[in-house]
Amino acid sequence: MNLHEYQGKEIFAKYDLPVSKGKVVTSLDEVEQVCTDIGGSRWVAKAQVHAGGRGKSGGVALCDTIEEVADFTKKWLGKRLVTYQTDKEGQLVSCILVEECTNIADELYYSAVVDRSSREVAIIASSEGGVNIEKVAEETPEKIASISLNGKDVSKGDIEKICSTLKLNETQSLQMEHIVRKTVSMFFECDLSLLEINPLVIKDDGNLHCLDAKINIDSNALFRQKELQEMHDPTQEDPRESEASKYDLSYVSLDGNIGCMVNGAGLAMGTMDTIKFFKGNPANFLDVGGTATQERVAKAFKIILDDPEVKVVLVNIFGGIVRCDLIAQGIVAAIDDVGVEIPVVVRLEGNSAEKGLSILSNSSSRIQSKNSLEDAARTAVELAK
Amino acid sequence: MSILIDKDTRVLVQGFTGSQGTLHSSQSIEYGTNVVGGVTPGKGGTAHLDLPVFNSVNEAVEQVQPNASLIFVPAPFCKGAILEAAEAGIKFIVCITEGVPTLDMLEVKKIVDGLNITLIGPNCPGVITPGVGKMGIMPGEIHLPGRVGIISRSGTLTYEAVKQTTDLGLGQSSCVGIGGDPIPGSSFIDILELFESDDQTDAIVMVGEIGGSAEEEAAEFISQNVTKPVVSYIAGQTAPPGKRMGHAGAIISGGKGTAEDKIKKLNESGVVVAKNLLEIGSTIKLLMS
Repeated sequence: MNLHEYQGKEIFAKYDLPVSKGKVVTSLDEVEQVCTDIGGSRWVAKAQVHAGGRGKSGGVALCDTIEEVADFTKKWLGKRLVTYQTDKEGQLVSCILVEECTNIADELYYSAVVDRSSREVAIIASSEGGVNIEKVAEETPEKIASISLNGKDVSKGDIEKICSTLKLNETQSLQMEHIVRKTVSMFFECDLSLLEINPLVIKDDGNLHCLDAKINIDSNALFRQKELQEMHDPTQEDPRESEASKYDLSYVSLDGNIGCMVNGAGLAMGTMDTIKFFKGNPANFLDVGGTATQERVAKAFKIILDDPEVKVVLVNIFGGIVRCDLIAQGIVAAIDDVGVEIPVVVRLEGNSAEKGLSILSNSSSRIQSKNSLEDAARTAVELAK
Repeated sequence: MSILIDKDTRVLVQGFTGSQGTLHSSQSIEYGTNVVGGVTPGKGGTAHLDLPVFNSVNEAVEQVQPNASLIFVPAPFCKGAILEAAEAGIKFIVCITEGVPTLDMLEVKKIVDGLNITLIGPNCPGVITPGVGKMGIMPGEIHLPGRVGIISRSGTLTYEAVKQTTDLGLGQSSCVGIGGDPIPGSSFIDILELFESDDQTDAIVMVGEIGGSAEEEAAEFISQNVTKPVVSYIAGQTAPPGKRMGHAGAIISGGKGTAEDKIKKLNESGVVVAKNLLEIGSTIKLLMS
C-alpha cells in the first residue's frame, strides 16, 4: 500500500526526521489560512498523487504569493495529473501539500528496501539526488553506497560508508546517522517495503533535510498497522482494482479486449501470456483464488465486464482440490445472474473436468467449453477480432 | 530416493482442526502420507480425523515423534508457528499460508537457516513425492511416480507442469512449490541442489515468474552445478511494470525482474525455456529422449 508524500512526512515527523513545515489543503478556501499558518513569503505547492515525476509534469510549483498558491490549487485540485509513472488517464489530485520554501545547496538520494537476494533490509544512498536512481546505478555506480543490514542492526561501518559516499562533513554525518537509525526503526516498526527520500537535500545552511517522502507498506502486514491502513486512499487506484480487492480478488487492468478469469496467480499470468502468444490481447489479470465459488465467479464477471473494451471472456480453471463440476455450475449461475452478453470461452482441467464440461455444453449457448488451454486461447483470440 | 518426503516422513499438522487444516490433512492421509497428529492450542488431548491433537509442537514431539511439520495457521500467527516447530527440533517445515508479512519472514529465515532447517513456503502448494506422500494442497491424482523433478513459484502452474508430464508418461520424482512471496523459505537453488543429487530425478522443470532475481540466481547456479537437463517457463511475459500480479513477489520494479531478462539469463546458462506454458511437457520430453 502506498502513502501520499504528506502522509509519509507526518510519519517522518513522528520519527523526528527533518521535514518542511507544511499543511494539506483540500479546498480553495483553506489556502490563505494554511499559507498564513506556515508563515514566510514563499511556498512550495505539491499535487498529491501516488506517482513520481510530478515536478516535470507541472505538479509542483514555487509560489511567491498566496494568490499563486491559490491559482495552483485551482488548477490541480480535483483534476488528474499525468506523469511518466502514471497511465494516460493520470491520477486524481485530491489534495495539495503546501510547504515552506527550502533553499537547496545540494540534492542527495536515500532509500531503504527489502532486498530479496540478501534477504535483508538494504539501504541505498547516493550523492546524486532528485534523479532516477536506476540510471545513476548504471552510469555512475561509484556515486552509490549500497548496504545490506544485519537484521535491525546498523553498524558504525555502515554509517561511515554512507557518509563518505555522500561526502558529508562531521555535522552532516551526525545528522545522517540520525536519519539512518530513525528510518531503519520506522521501516521495521511500520512494516515498510520501501522508504525513499528523493531528494534528501543539504540546505544552504548546511543541514540535511527530507524534501520528499515515498513510503510503501507491506500489504500483508496491514492487520497490525491499523493506523497506517486508515491512510489508504482508494482514489489513487483503478476503481475496478479497488472493487476487486474488496472481494479478495486480485485484478489488474490491462489494455486488451480479452477478459481473463483464472484460478491462481501464476496460471493467470500464464494465461495472459498464452493469449499474447496467439496474437490476442488480454484485458486484465484476474485471480479468482483457489475456491472459485459461484459468488466469487459472479463478482469476477461483473468486474471484468465493467471494462467496455472486453469482447470475450476466457475462463481458465485448473481444478485442484475444487471439483470442476461445481465450478461449472457456478459459472453457469453467475452468467445468468450477471447477464453476460458476450461470448464466454471456458477451459476446465483437473478434478472432475469432464463432468464440468458437460454441464457447460448443456447450458447457455454463450459458453464454448474446451478441454485444452490451446483451443480455448485460440478460440478467444478469434472471437475478439 | 526422492527429495524431502519419503516413507519415513512423519507429519505433524499445525492448525490441524481449522477448515483448511482439516480438508487438506484428510486428503494427505488419503494419499498415503503418514500424518501422526496435529497441533491446535487449547484443543490438546482431543482427537481429530482419528489422530491425537496437542497443545504444542513440543508435546507432539514427545508423544508421536514427528520429523516434519505442515502449517495451515492464519498468516498473523505463522512466524510463531514456524519458530515453535523449529525450536522443537523439527527439521523440515512446509508453510502453506498466504499473506505472511515480509519482515516476519526476514526474521524467520535467519533463524531457520541458523538451525539447518528446510522451510518450504509460505504462500505455496507444498511438496509431494508421487506415490509416497504429500504435504500440501495439490490434487494428488494428477501426479504420476516418475523421473521429472518440478520446482515452481506458483501453485496452479505447478499443476499444469505436473499434468503435462503425467499425460506424456514421464511422471514426477518430487514436486516442490517454493511459493510466491518475496522471501521464500527455500529458493530455486536449494531445491535444484536436492534434485541434482537425487537418483530418481533425470530432468528438472523450473517454473518461475516475474519479480525479484531468483531465476537469474538459479540460472547462474545451474550453469555451474547442475548436470541434469533443466526446462524453464517464466510467467508474466505480458505483465505491466509496477503492478503486483497476485503474488506478493510478482512485481517488476525499477525495470528489474522482467520475464525477458530472466529468459535471457536462463538461455545463456543452458536452460531450455519453453516459449509458452503449453510446451513445458513436450520440451522436457524432447530433452529426456
